[in-house]
Amino acid sequence: MGAGHHHQLYRPGNTVVHRLPPQCKIPAVAAFAVVVVATPREAFWAFGVYAVLLGAVAAVARVPARFMLRRMVVEVPFVLFALALPVIGLGERVEVLGLSLSAEGLWAAWNILAKATLGVMASILLAATTEPRMILLGAQRLRLPPLLVQIAMFMLRYMDVILDEMRRMRVARESRGFVARDVRQLPILAKSAGALFIRSYERGERVHLAMLSRGYTGSMPLMHDVSTPVTSWATAAILPAAALATAVLSWGVS
Amino acid sequence: MTGSPPSLRVSELAYAYPDGTQALFGVDLAIGKGERVALLGPNGAGKTTLVMHLNGILTAGHGSVEVAGLPVRKDTLAEIRRRVGLVFQDPDDQLFMPTVREDVAFGPANLGVRGPELELRVREALDQVGLPDVIDRPPHHLSFGQRRRVAVATVLAMRPEILVLDEPSSNLDPASRRELAEVLRSLDVTVLMVTHDLPYALELCERSLILSGGVIAADGPTRDLLADGDLLAAHRLELPYGFVVHQRPY
Repeated sequence: MGAGHHHQLYRPGNTVVHRLPPQCKIPAVAAFAVVVVATPREAFWAFGVYAVLLGAVAAVARVPARFMLRRMVVEVPFVLFALALPVIGLGERVEVLGLSLSAEGLWAAWNILAKATLGVMASILLAATTEPRMILLGAQRLRLPPLLVQIAMFMLRYMDVILDEMRRMRVARESRGFVARDVRQLPILAKSAGALFIRSYERGERVHLAMLSRGYTGSMPLMHDVSTPVTSWATAAILPAAALATAVLSWGVS
Repeated sequence: MTGSPPSLRVSELAYAYPDGTQALFGVDLAIGKGERVALLGPNGAGKTTLVMHLNGILTAGHGSVEVAGLPVRKDTLAEIRRRVGLVFQDPDDQLFMPTVREDVAFGPANLGVRGPELELRVREALDQVGLPDVIDRPPHHLSFGQRRRVAVATVLAMRPEILVLDEPSSNLDPASRRELAEVLRSLDVTVLMVTHDLPYALELCERSLILSGGVIAADGPTRDLLADGDLLAAHRLELPYGFVVHQRPY
């Protein structure tokens, strides 16, 4: 069933960061990201402070640097885009290692790289210390639109089922001599994707029937009515509060 | 038990799909409290269509369905769905929550059960299917046989009047098949088992109904029906190779 190697983002543990309720961690990460984005790009030192703050959270959560780095691969497309900016940017040019680059482009690239990297790191830390289903429970408690939360929940539940179905279809194709060599095989793959879509859609209908049969009326019953202790909010607020203090200082300096 | 209405009574039930295909042509049946009954029939006989009527997913074109005396109508749907526990064929359709605990709790939570009572229901239902240890596991990490039994637990947690199982033995290996049979035998609940697995019906159900061509074609002791080769052949039912059922000598 392909079980066992999903939730690759989550790293089980029992640290303070792991134990914080998800409804506290999600706004903390979001607030941190907003503060980072609101920091002027000239305040190099402030971004250093943010990185140190995240490093401290990672240390407390016992998330090793290598784990973080491996997962930061998602950022690569943004990095490529950022690297292109100085080359294609307009305006004043500067010489760097014999290359003529746009000064404005360099600033823009730095701005994107620094802020995106910090945001990605914060999200990786959230995902590494919170089980995916807990993130969704947190979202539910934060009163995010219930329909969106439910869709995400079903995606989480059925991802493996659908991937497994996809794998079986591939095995069945290849068992009959199919090899995807070049574009001429695309129509076959497209038809497989279509079949997979229809199967998933029909499964969706059957799941809906099963839900109706057990009394579903349109909203998920909230089964754990856990209140959030003030101390959790306070603990979760440390990161965005420290970041905000840094940002305020950086506004003052610039 | 005299005086209490039958767990399930279906009268003159007829149904045509919106595209005009008539699936049921007047089904009559009654299942007493505590009975275990098999509904046999070939593919396309209308078994699934009938099952969909039992908890009001489809509404009768003609005729009526009553569960423990309560008619299936729009205004009784909530109570009907509590009384009729439908176990679907594919447990992946039935188990949609991230953990077994939440999945078993889904039904009773929809009925408004909360807190310790909810936890009690969940544990009780998992005990009944012999799987108390999987409570915190995600459903997709369980074996197929375990998932089928958890699917049974999800409806037991609603304390149904009647358990309706759609092809309960499909895709099970012999050991899982036996384990499920043991679970079903141990339950103190009315059971309607929809299947074309005739030996399984013989093993678990005293009485069987044959649904064929959208009507109940036969109703009697399972052993007698299965011993009647002509009857089976007339309704596209066959015992597995080498399997012989002898009529009980009365």
